[in-house]
Amino acid sequence: MPTELSIADVERVAALAQIELTDTEKQLFTRQLAEILHYAEQIQALDTTGIPATAHVNAVQHERDDQPAGSLPIEEALANAPDAASDAGLFRVPRVIGG
Amino acid sequence: MTLLGRSALDIRDDVVNGRVSATEVCQAALAQANAINPQLHAFNLVAAERALAQAADIDRRRAAGHTLGPLAGVPVALKDNLSVRHMLTTASSKILETYAPPYTATAVERLEAADAVILGKTNCDEFAMGSSTENSAFGPTRNPWDSDRTPGGSSGGSAVAVAAQCTPISLGSDTGGSIRQPASFCGVFGLKPTYGRVSRYGLLAFASSLDQIGPFSRTVADAALTLGVIAGSDPYDATSSASVVPDYHAALTGDIRGLRIGVPRAFVTEGVDETVKRAFDAALETLRSLGATLVDIELPHARFSVPVYYLVCTAELSSNLARYDGVRYGYRATSTREEGLKGMYSRTRDEGFGAEVKRRIVLGTYVLSAGYYDAFYLKALQVRTLMRRDYDAAFEHADVIAMPTSPIPPFRLGEKTDDPLQMYLADIFTVSANLVGLPGISIPCGFADNLPVGFQLLGRPFDESTILRAADAFERATDWHRRTPTLAANSTAGV
Repeated sequence: MPTELSIADVERVAALAQIELTDTEKQLFTRQLAEILHYAEQIQALDTTGIPATAHVNAVQHERDDQPAGSLPIEEALANAPDAASDAGLFRVPRVIGG
Repeated sequence: MTLLGRSALDIRDDVVNGRVSATEVCQAALAQANAINPQLHAFNLVAAERALAQAADIDRRRAAGHTLGPLAGVPVALKDNLSVRHMLTTASSKILETYAPPYTATAVERLEAADAVILGKTNCDEFAMGSSTENSAFGPTRNPWDSDRTPGGSSGGSAVAVAAQCTPISLGSDTGGSIRQPASFCGVFGLKPTYGRVSRYGLLAFASSLDQIGPFSRTVADAALTLGVIAGSDPYDATSSASVVPDYHAALTGDIRGLRIGVPRAFVTEGVDETVKRAFDAALETLRSLGATLVDIELPHARFSVPVYYLVCTAELSSNLARYDGVRYGYRATSTREEGLKGMYSRTRDEGFGAEVKRRIVLGTYVLSAGYYDAFYLKALQVRTLMRRDYDAAFEHADVIAMPTSPIPPFRLGEKTDDPLQMYLADIFTVSANLVGLPGISIPCGFADNLPVGFQLLGRPFDESTILRAADAFERATDWHRRTPTLAANSTAGV
């Protein structure tokens, strides 16, 4: 499967990732990512029929007991926010709906 | 030997026995960090006030007759992707330029509980994505052996802090070689522990199935000491292993007679710089002369490790970095009323992330997207299984596996920044340890035109003891690790 990567592909994927790229970045990334994907295509020649996927090498993950415990105080959680309504204990974001 | 030329073990002993105070050590370390930083930019932050307060507290407790910890008074530098409560933790990214976490990473808490002194935060590639420390939003770090060259990356600042004798040990993180490759480029030891050996709680996530925290040092004994302090299970990291942490220092017997060292000859022949090859072959000969047996092994799928790594790590990071959206922490771009919330997100992420991070987010989103998932991401995970099986088979005939750390000596700043694929290809020997979850240590083994060269030993999962034992035996038989870069020596005058 030869990878053809167009500027439209990069725009579509960048939109999925919520990144607004400049025109220069779109052109540069299209060329560079096409090269990288072309290089990565070599693995497609390998026969992996019936081979399971390894998403994670750790066979055992231990879980904690579900015990209530303290959590971050609201003022600490808000301390790094670029825009916080500290009195209300809320993060403030640009308007989402309506005008 | 200058105070800072000493090992962490020696400094600890001197502090415990009162031959030097933690405050004196801290002052010397601060002076050295401030002396080298204008030229090398190893540190994003030198936390003088906090470090001196910690040192004074250690001195007070000693005077009061308290027992001190195993790293008493030892200055430590931390890669700037390790969280320290209320200390700037930027991951060398504009998007986190003003971020001060509300909590401390478990590995750092354990260092402090052992009475180490946190000297500051070191420069790295943005979010640890890179192999040269040039992808920092705050400018590159330079190699103390030749300031026109990179120190490697992504933990370049932590490697330089140790090589330039600001601190005897430092912490970095290794997702695809980011501890071992800069260790090799700077002439120090760099240990990437087994996946799960050290808690990653408080490490800013890059690729969660690959990331691991580990130490840099100028002696293997210091690497063993540091690992013993930071290793162990942690309720805050479900992937941290509950297996017992052995006494790593006790493993350093100096005896490697009968140790079987696997060498993947076919894999380490192609594309390796002649000077690196010579140093690697000489290192193998040294190990053989110490009584080890060299065994030829095959790693048939190792040549696919770079594509597999870059497909897996970009997929994971595209998800992990979704959290940087200008809402809860970090940089927020200004946006108009019409652009609304989504406009704020996408402009924040364009302005806040550097080029390499954005390139990787786009690539990772692409390989996970409908129509490409099977051909790229799933396929990569299947080849990852084949790579695991290669290593399992090899470890039936070998106790450790040796290969160069980097196929090339330290390269010049700017040499590879325009060609990401060329930069990725230089990771060929380091990425498989992360994909398979193995421990690995980079060991100084020579010089190429006065630039350090290292080689690495990989071990079975959770068998750090054996690679440390072999590295220690090599250290006793050689003196590569004793050489000091001119830039460090010049600035230690008077310390």
